Amino acid sequence: MLRMAMVGLGKMGLSHLAILGSHPGVKVVACCDQNAYLTDVLSKHTGLKCYDDTDRLMQSEQLDAVVIATPSKLHARMVEKALQRNLHVFCEKPFVLDVPDGERLAAMAESRGLVNQVGYHYRFVGAFQEAARVVQSGALGKVHHIRAEAYGPVVLRPKGSTWRSSKDEGGGALYDYACHALDLVNFIHTPPASVSGVALNSLFSRDVADEVYCTMSFRDGATGQLCVNWSDESCRKMTTRISVWGTNGRLCADRQECQIYLRVPHPAVPACNGGWVSRYTTELTQPVWYYLRGEEYSAQIDYFVKAIENQRRDNVNSFRSALQTDKLVEMILAQVGGGRAIPVTVAASVRPRGFWARVLG
Amino acid sequence: MDRVLFGDNQFFGVNHMSEEKARAQAMRFQELSSVIEVLDAAYQEGIRTFMCTTHDRVEEICDYFRANRDRYPDYRFYPCMPYAHKYANAVTEHGTMGALRKFLPEDGAVAAMFRGGVALASKDIEVVAQMLVDAEMKMFHGLSTPVIFIQNVVTDLLLGLGMKDAFRMFADHVRNRYDAEPGFITMNVPRLLDVLEEIGVDNPIVCANINKIGFRMCGGMELYEKTIATRRFRPVAMSVLASGALSPREAIEYVCRQPAIESIVFGASSRGNIRQTKQLIDELTLRPEARALA
Repeated sequence: MLRMAMVGLGKMGLSHLAILGSHPGVKVVACCDQNAYLTDVLSKHTGLKCYDDTDRLMQSEQLDAVVIATPSKLHARMVEKALQRNLHVFCEKPFVLDVPDGERLAAMAESRGLVNQVGYHYRFVGAFQEAARVVQSGALGKVHHIRAEAYGPVVLRPKGSTWRSSKDEGGGALYDYACHALDLVNFIHTPPASVSGVALNSLFSRDVADEVYCTMSFRDGATGQLCVNWSDESCRKMTTRISVWGTNGRLCADRQECQIYLRVPHPAVPACNGGWVSRYTTELTQPVWYYLRGEEYSAQIDYFVKAIENQRRDNVNSFRSALQTDKLVEMILAQVGGGRAIPVTVAASVRPRGFWARVLG
Repeated sequence: MDRVLFGDNQFFGVNHMSEEKARAQAMRFQELSSVIEVLDAAYQEGIRTFMCTTHDRVEEICDYFRANRDRYPDYRFYPCMPYAHKYANAVTEHGTMGALRKFLPEDGAVAAMFRGGVALASKDIEVVAQMLVDAEMKMFHGLSTPVIFIQNVVTDLLLGLGMKDAFRMFADHVRNRYDAEPGFITMNVPRLLDVLEEIGVDNPIVCANINKIGFRMCGGMELYEKTIATRRFRPVAMSVLASGALSPREAIEYVCRQPAIESIVFGASSRGNIRQTKQLIDELTLRPEARALA
């Protein structure tokens, strides 16, 4: 039984806590957050020991591993504290906001032989795994273009009061949405060597970008595009899609399905005799012991636990792997001189008043 | 509960197989009239219960049924709350406490407590839970809601966190305030039953994926089949067609072969599909006397 603690109880933290709590190989020893209401409710109704200070938590409890889901700005500090105590670490994405911090922490985790993983959960989605497998098999021929897209309805009004709306704390669509899309590019093909034509637009946010666009160039001559917009109300929830064009065909994957078009059949895609073939989430998804929001969230935690149990050190989503995504973010910001988003003038809130606004005033 | 319940995923762009299909459906059902047309078709096929999320747009559907009681005298809603994405997006935008503030009434004791940052005692979280339920139930006023469900994302979050009291609070409030049976949607049936049993929610209505390919049946098909056959609860099968991965006949055969399954919920967009599925369920459902013997 691994003794683990949960640090940070926001949306992802609570979800991780529930998944850890139901894992047969994990004992959740304690959690930590500064929101006293939340920790009071949790300790009262679940008996879980709660701290408001990570140092005290780590000093007082015997732990094997921690899951860190604090605001991104605090990741580096929290991860370092955990590594100093020789704890295995699962950290939410993005890994760090400063690349040198990430380099240091990746080296530290590696030299101490600790399992280190970052929460890029799309790498545990069956359809994206299939996309990576097909692209890497060479079935598409020589890959020449990749498009990574993420759209969703997060910021729809000129307002926002959390760390996610603060540039210096790792907020904005760049850190929240674009990181996922960029990490998928790294996963499915290779990290881009450079970025250009960056557009970071603010639609409703004051300090951060709500849209991120750029062109990507790869070492092998392929090009790509990143299109991200978290102010898109037409999407019911976050929608992430990756499209890859090669000399022998094309592939298009989202959370639900992986569609492949091949000009000439290839042994890696036996179902395709040329033309389109679709593989769906129902056939691509491996069952999990406990489901909350999507198999991938449980699968990544289970993978982390098993990596510790089996002393595996070549895990998916390592700090080093996530750092490649952080470097891309840094490259994007460098293109616009430090990352000040450019405001796009839009009329005040365009969202019709919904049911809640009407009932609750 | 009726044997056949009508679901609402198709109306709100939810499709577990394809985002393209989901968007096409969202477009098709933009107008209330096209939603009503489908509900009407289901009604004519004998389906009297609409099991729906508390999506903002359900309010319009409720308005329609309130205005046309004479045409649908025996129509029932099974609300499933909450529509989680509106909360999840609000948490990203406003933080946990900000989101809670946003969804609770702005005046009154609870709001005052939040503003003061007062940590709440045991009784108070019950009040918050009740207020959230009441806010979600407002759109159904005057309509028949004999069963009220919690959505799986909330059920399974509370289950994983070990917030067992919350299930008790929900069950009590739904019974006392709405004279309704509490229902629980989950992807983790065996685990949830253990908890409901422990806190004394007897013979609960539990809605879960039950399908021939074992899709999203945590614990595995074998355990599900055994649980359904031997434990005391009222199963409602959803995702029976596994989002289209199965042929309708074999999908429904699988569910109907398990006599303890009380109801089946499905959604469809065309009169033809509704009729086909409803007829298959009628045809393959054992008669009550046979079910009692099985």
